[in-house]
Amino acid sequence: MSGSGKGRIEARFAALAAEGRGGLVTFITAGDPDHQTCAAILAGLAGAGADIIELGMPFSDPMADGPAIEAASVRALAAGASMKRTLDLVSEFRKSDDATPIVLMGYFNPVYAYGIESFLDDAARAGVDGLIIVDLPPEEDAELSGPAAKRDIHFIRLVAPTSGAARLKLLFKDCGGFVYYIAIAGITGASGAAITDTDDAVARLRAETKLPIAVGFGIKTPGDAAAVVRSADAAVVGSAIVQRIAENLDDAGRPRPGLVDKVLDFVGQLAESVRNARG
Amino acid sequence: MANADKPNSYTAGPDEDGHFGIFGGRYVAETLMPLVLEVEEAYNAARRDPAFIAEFDDLMKNYVGRPSPLYFAERLTKHLGGAKIYFKRDELNHTGAHKINHAIGQILLALRMGRTRIIAETGAGQHGVATATVAARFGLPCTVFMGERDMKRQAPNVFRMKLLGAEVRPVSSGSKTLKDAMNAALRDWVSNVEDTFYIIGTVAGPHPYPAMVRDFQSVIGREAKEQIMEAEGRLPDHLVACIGGGSNAIGLFGPFLDDESVAMTAVEAAGKGLDSGAHAASIAGGRPGVLHGNRTFLLQNDDGQIQEAHSISAGLDYPGIGPEHAWLNSVGRVKYVSATDEEALAAFSLLSRIEGIIPALEPAHALAEVMRAAPRLDSGKIMIMNLCGRGDKDIFTVAEALGVEL
Repeated sequence: MSGSGKGRIEARFAALAAEGRGGLVTFITAGDPDHQTCAAILAGLAGAGADIIELGMPFSDPMADGPAIEAASVRALAAGASMKRTLDLVSEFRKSDDATPIVLMGYFNPVYAYGIESFLDDAARAGVDGLIIVDLPPEEDAELSGPAAKRDIHFIRLVAPTSGAARLKLLFKDCGGFVYYIAIAGITGASGAAITDTDDAVARLRAETKLPIAVGFGIKTPGDAAAVVRSADAAVVGSAIVQRIAENLDDAGRPRPGLVDKVLDFVGQLAESVRNARG
Repeated sequence: MANADKPNSYTAGPDEDGHFGIFGGRYVAETLMPLVLEVEEAYNAARRDPAFIAEFDDLMKNYVGRPSPLYFAERLTKHLGGAKIYFKRDELNHTGAHKINHAIGQILLALRMGRTRIIAETGAGQHGVATATVAARFGLPCTVFMGERDMKRQAPNVFRMKLLGAEVRPVSSGSKTLKDAMNAALRDWVSNVEDTFYIIGTVAGPHPYPAMVRDFQSVIGREAKEQIMEAEGRLPDHLVACIGGGSNAIGLFGPFLDDESVAMTAVEAAGKGLDSGAHAASIAGGRPGVLHGNRTFLLQNDDGQIQEAHSISAGLDYPGIGPEHAWLNSVGRVKYVSATDEEALAAFSLLSRIEGIIPALEPAHALAEVMRAAPRLDSGKIMIMNLCGRGDKDIFTVAEALGVEL
């Protein structure tokens, strides 16, 4: 099975359900800290235990992100990242891994600037399985979500603690892949979510959708991730991983030897904790 | 049909989802969507509530000092030797600019919604000062986000905000100017959804802000219309205003949009020149994109990354423009031109000497266009320029640009 992205996300959540465990979704920004290093991290993520990979599309003005992920965008753009290079990273990854789902996450303007149809064609060809566009609420996403669905690219919606019952119906209409629940009313990497709250929230969402539920924003440690997957289908960790990249750069912003291993070690710790969470 | 695109009215927008043609909208994270919808609902109720309108009008009169005069600039008119030039003197408002108009409207809405904390972004500091002022007037804590670079070039306004009891939070990300301050304010709002109201400083951001800020600013155009009818017994031929986000321009233009005989020109900041890459002219040098909650013209590279704007005037130094302006440009109702730093400085100096009015660098851009356009019109024509801010805050910037040591 190659080429079309159809089914990688469904297959992965089906496998997780069969194993009776929660999944780990990892976020890194494409091209951070540079193209080669990012490609090396990407190539190692699944082996380290990532079940789904979110790849951030760098943007100059990431309004919903905290300092860690904003800094990752700045580093990537300074190192020459572009939408085309982001899609190249996915194509390279697909040469050796046709099973791990890849979801592109970011803001609408770089997609719009690339051209919606060309972007979706190139993303489908590269092997992208889903899209999360932070600043496209359901009121505005028709121009992207419809054409994406035609190419079997899932349009994954974000659900916030502030999304009331009436909005849930709107959010789950034409939503694909999985639901991304934002654990805190805040930005990425903010102080820790209250885990009992996410249990209640996950229960609230389950009553309205059959889609798997991933929980992210503010999940920083292996312990946080484990706590989340006791009720959710997957935990998303972003800022804490990106922070490991930042910590392993020299003063000139170049990767120090061992950066890739250190990042993957941390992913390994997260994965182990998630795998044992329900045990 | 001669022009199928010509709308029946230029004042009907936005549609119920906040779109002006393809522009506008509500491009915000889901966390903010319920808040934005709540602001819209509250605003729709408030603008139909006579008590809300009466309170706004009372504060405009007794706190801001409205109506602002419509002043016939006789010496400038003679000097330029063309159209008769009037200034709408919003620089005489309390706090020295038009920003107070929408700050009052928004804080009244915040109070009506039971919000207890105010945030704002600011570029030149005029909107920050206006917001800090109304927050003090109503006893609400206020945090103003301001790019570090802007804090340096607008130090007097930083001090003013602090005197007014506001916290000025420096923003050190990105270009350290207005767009980054707006990112920081949006992040704060997302993180404090329970108690915080975001007072946006221009006709941009997610719906309903562009329409709401326009409505509060339209007091400028309504007054100008009444005043010119009284002074000249007829409508003006030409309106001119500077444009960063576009709040003062839409405030003046709005009430005249359906008066077909009235031509309108908005003046973007061309910085060091449109070909220099260092300018803030989103319409002349940008293309449609999505940023800060709306689709509009943006300065961006081929990859959709937002570019830094440049203008000697911090208040025009923003890489976007309000969505209604993007639409008015696309339907051809308003003409968008630009003026460079150098032209604005020349206009600044001229007005100071010839009329005894030191303008802010923002309306100095509008004046640069008046200086180009007025001499080409005959003396029977009438122009109104929005003199939307005073120049006290800019004297250090101007001194530096002119090589004067204070």
